[in-house]
Amino acid sequence: MPRRKKKIIIIGGGLAGLSAAMKLCERDAEVVIVSFQNLKRSHSVCAQGGINAAIDAKNEGDTPEKHFYDTIKGGDFLAHQPLVRDMCHQAPAIIHLLDRIGVAFNRTGEGRLAFRRFGGTLYSRTAFAGATTGQQLVYSLDEQVRRFEHDGMVERLEWHEYLGAVIDDEGVCRGAVLHDLHTNKLFTVKGDAVILATGGPGQVYVRSTNSVVNTGAAATQAYLQGAKYGNGEFIQIHPTAIPGQDKLRLMSESARGEGGRVWVPRRADDKRDPKSIPESERYYFLEEKYPLYGNLVPRDVASREIYDIVYNHRLGVGGEPMVFLDLTHKSKAYLEDRLGGILDIYQKFTGDDPKITPMRIFPAVHYSMGGLWTDFERDSHGLIDHASPRNQSTSIPGLYAAGEADYQYHGANRLGANSLLSCIYTGLMMSRAVINFSNNLNRSFEDVPSTVYEQTQSYWENRFRDIRKMDGSENPYQLHKELGDTMMSSVLIVRDNKTLEKTQHAIEDIETRFKDVKCVDTSNWANPTPSFINQLYCMIHLSKIIAKGALMRDEFRGAHYKPDFDLRQPGDFDPFEYIDYLERKKNGEAMEDSHYPEGHLDYMKRFEENNKKWLKSSIATYKDNGPEITYEDVDTSIVTPRPRKYD
Amino acid sequence: MTPPKSVRFTIKRQDRPDSVAYWQNFEVEWKPHANVISCLQDIQRRPVTAEGESVNPVAWDCNCLEEVCGSCTMLINGKVRQACTALIDKLERPIYLEPMSKFPAVRDLQVNRSRMFDNLKKVKAWLPVDGTHDLGEGPVMSDAVRAQRYVLSECMSCGCCLEACPQFTKDNNFMGAATFSQVRLFNLHPTGSMQKEERLEAVMGEGGIADCGNAQVCVEVCPKNIPLTESIAEVGRQSSLQMIKNFFVK
Ligand SMILES: Cc1cc2nc3c(=O)[nH]c(=O)nc-3n(C[C@H](O)[C@H](O)[C@H](O)COP(=O)(O)OP(=O)(O)OC[C@H]3O[C@@H](n4cnc5c(N)ncnc54)[C@H](O)[C@@H]3O)c2cc1C
Ligand code: SF4
Ligand code: SF4
Ligand code: FES
Repeated sequence: MPRRKKKIIIIGGGLAGLSAAMKLCERDAEVVIVSFQNLKRSHSVCAQGGINAAIDAKNEGDTPEKHFYDTIKGGDFLAHQPLVRDMCHQAPAIIHLLDRIGVAFNRTGEGRLAFRRFGGTLYSRTAFAGATTGQQLVYSLDEQVRRFEHDGMVERLEWHEYLGAVIDDEGVCRGAVLHDLHTNKLFTVKGDAVILATGGPGQVYVRSTNSVVNTGAAATQAYLQGAKYGNGEFIQIHPTAIPGQDKLRLMSESARGEGGRVWVPRRADDKRDPKSIPESERYYFLEEKYPLYGNLVPRDVASREIYDIVYNHRLGVGGEPMVFLDLTHKSKAYLEDRLGGILDIYQKFTGDDPKITPMRIFPAVHYSMGGLWTDFERDSHGLIDHASPRNQSTSIPGLYAAGEADYQYHGANRLGANSLLSCIYTGLMMSRAVINFSNNLNRSFEDVPSTVYEQTQSYWENRFRDIRKMDGSENPYQLHKELGDTMMSSVLIVRDNKTLEKTQHAIEDIETRFKDVKCVDTSNWANPTPSFINQLYCMIHLSKIIAKGALMRDEFRGAHYKPDFDLRQPGDFDPFEYIDYLERKKNGEAMEDSHYPEGHLDYMKRFEENNKKWLKSSIATYKDNGPEITYEDVDTSIVTPRPRKYD
Repeated sequence: MTPPKSVRFTIKRQDRPDSVAYWQNFEVEWKPHANVISCLQDIQRRPVTAEGESVNPVAWDCNCLEEVCGSCTMLINGKVRQACTALIDKLERPIYLEPMSKFPAVRDLQVNRSRMFDNLKKVKAWLPVDGTHDLGEGPVMSDAVRAQRYVLSECMSCGCCLEACPQFTKDNNFMGAATFSQVRLFNLHPTGSMQKEERLEAVMGEGGIADCGNAQVCVEVCPKNIPLTESIAEVGRQSSLQMIKNFFVK
C-alpha cells in the first residue's frame, strides 16, 4: 500500500515559508500554506540590500569559513556555531538555486552573478537584484510554489490567520487553528507538523521598518502554549530611517558615506527653517564628539549618539525624536549622480527634496535576533546532522520555526544581508527534519481523537466571543500605539536598568488597561478588529519578554548598550590579544601586565568574567502570566569567542 | 503657509460584498508628512465620523508601507494608486477614497484580486527547473537581458493597470497588461523560453492579447513604470509568429 503523503502546514509566505513549501513539495509532501495576505505581499519584499554567499567570484580569497567567522563575530558570539557554519557552507548552492529559478540578480560582463560589498566585510559577498532583492526573491519562490499549486500539491490559504497550535495529550502539535479573515469563521487543519515562518515582531514598537502584519503574535502564541522564546531582548536598530506617521523607512547609510552631516539646532525649541539656522547655532554632535570619524562613526555609535541627543538632551528637531541629516551643502549634480535613488525615496515619502532641505532621520527598530527557540543536532564530526528531526524544531514536538521567527543564526547582532540567507537556508534545510519527524511519529494525526481538535477550536471560539464582547473604554489601536511609545523610549539601543524597571510597570499598566478595551467593530464579515485585539494581547506578552530580558542582561553585547556595564575596552585593543591571553593561560604561563599594553590585561580579565556569566542565550518560558528567564550555553565549539571591537 | 488643522476624508464604505455602498466623512487631525494610510490609522484609533457618529473603523489593505508589496491600491480622488505613497499635502482636499471598481468588493476599501494570481497560473508564470537540489550555476545571461527582465519582474500585482484598462471588466475574462508582461518576462529567460509556446497559447485564447484595444492607459498608471505597452507589442508579435507556426504545423 502506498504510504500516505505527509501533510505539512506552513504559516507564513515570506522567504522562509516559501522555501520550506517548495522543498517540501519536492519531497512529495502535501503542503498547506497560510498567510494574512497574498504570499507575494509578505514583508520579505521590503529587503533591498542583498543576500550573502561566499562564492568568491572576484578571486578575493573569500570562503564560507570566512563568512562563518564574520557572522559569528558580528553576532558577538551568541549564535550556535555548527548551524551558522552549515548555513554559510550552503550559501553558494542557495544562490545558484535562486539564480536558476529566475531571480534577476545583477550580472557581470560575462553574464555571471555579480557581487558587491556590504557593511562589515572585506569581500564582495553580497548578491543583489537591483535595489529590490527581497522582492525578487519572494517572487521567484512564490512562482515555484505556484507551479506546485498548479500541480495540485499546495493549498494556499491566503487571507487566513493562524491563531494557535493544536496540541494533543502527549504534547505533540497535530495541527493549527485558523481564522478565515473574510468570513471570520474559525476552523482547524490537521497535519503531521506545523511550521511557523511568521517573520519578526517590529509592530511591538509600532513604528519600525517592518510591515504592518509583523506583530510576532504567532510566535508569541507558541510561547504562551509552552514553547521557549530565545534571545528576545536582542533587537537590531538601523541608525538612519525616515520618520513617518505610519512607518519608519530605511535611509541607506550611503547618505552619510557621501558626506551627509548630522546635526540638531543647539536650542531645543528652535522652530526655524533649518536653512536659516546659522552654523554657530547648529550642533554637529558626531563631528564634535568623534573628530576622527565624524559622521562616519559605525552604526552602533551613530544610533546611540542620536538617541542620546534626542532623549537625554531633548534636542530632537522640533521636540520630536529626529535629527537632521544634511546633504544640502553638496551640489545637486553630485547628489543626483551619487545618491539619486535613495533621495527619490525620501522625497516620495516626505514630500521634501533632500537636495534643498535637510532630511529628518531617526534610528529605527529593524530586525529581531530573538524568536522561537529552535533545536539542531550535530553529528559525530560536529557538523549538522541533516536527517535529524530536531533541526528547527521548537520545544513543542511537531511545531517548527524558520526565518526571522526563530532565534538562531544571528546571535546578538545580525550581519547585513545575512537574514535573507538564514530565511531561505532554514526553509530548505528543515524539510528533511520535518519529513523524518512525521515518519517517526508513533501515531498520525488521523489517529488523534477528534475531541483534541474540537476542544482547541472551541477554546478559540470562546476567546473570540469574549473579545467581541469587550466593551470598555480603551481603543485597542490607540493602546497599541502607547505600548509602542513605551518600548521605543526605553527598550531601544541604550538601556538603563532604572528605566527598564519603570518600563515593566508601564507594560503592566497597559496590560491592565487591555482588560478595559472596547472591541470597536463587532460585525461578522472581514472584521479585522477582534484579530487585532488578540494580536495586541500577544504583543503585550512579547514586550514583557523583551523588556525583562533587557533588564536582566547586565552587559553590553551586540545590538544593545548598557552604559552601566560597559567593560571599557581600551581604544587600542586588538581582539587577537585575547587569543594570546587564553593561550598563555592554558599553558599555565604567568600573566603579567607587562605582556600587554597598559590596561589590557585587566580588560581581558573583565571580558572573560563577563563571558562566563553572559555568553548565554536568554530563554523565556511562560509562567505565572509572565516570562521566566533562564540562560542556556551557546555552542562555541568552532571559534573561540573574543572581544568585538566597538569603536 | 500655515498647515490646516484637520483634513477631511470622504470614504466609500461597503459592509459586505453584496451590500449597498455608502459614503462617510471623517475629519482627521493634520500631521506633518501624513499619508493616506496614517490617516486611516488615525481613524482606527478614533472611529468617529465628521458628524460625530461612532462607526466601525474603515477596513483597508496594506502591508509594506513602502510601495513595494502592492497591497494598498485604491482610488484616491478618483485616481488609482497606492495609498502608502499618497501624501496628504500633495492631494486636493477633501480627499475621496474608494475601493477599486474592477475587482469584487470585500469590505470598504478592500477588494479581491485573486483573478490576477489565477492568470499567473494560466500563463505558467514560472521557470520549470529540474529540481532544487544543487545543480550548480544558472544559465549565463547578459546583464542587458537581466536588466530587461528586472524591470518586468518588479510587477507587484497591485492591479492599477487593470483598474485603468477599458478592456478589463468585472465580468469578462480579459487577462490584462500585467499578465501579458509576465509572459514576456518568462519567455525572455533561457529556461523559461522552453515553455514559450504554452504561454503564448494561453494568451492567444479567450481574454488574451487580441482583445487589447491598445488604449495605453495601463502604462500611465503603473507605479513601477513597467513598459507595459512594449510588453503587449512584444507578446503580440510572439503570438503572431506562433499563429503562423501553428498554421503550418497543425
Ligand atoms: C526595510 C528592510 C530591509 C531589509 N533588507 C535586508 C537585506 O537587504 N538583506 C537581508 O538579508 N535582510 C534584510 N532585511 C531583513 C529581512 O527582510 C527579513 O528578516 C526577512 O525578510 C524575514 O522573512 P520571513 O520569511 O522570516 O518573514 P516575513 O517575510 O515577514 O513573512 C512572514 C509571513 O508570515 C505571515 N504571518 C505572520 N503571522 C501570521 C499569522 N498569525 N497567520 C498567518 N500568517 C501570518 C505573513 O503574512 C507573511 O506571509 C530587511 C528588513 C527590512 C525591514
Ligand atoms: S493597452 Fe489598453 S486595452 Fe491593452 S491592456 Fe493596456 S489599457 Fe488595456
Ligand atoms: S504592471 Fe504595474 S500596474 Fe500592473 S499590476 Fe504590475 S505593478 Fe501594478
Ligand atoms: S502598503 Fe505595500 S504598496 Fe502600499
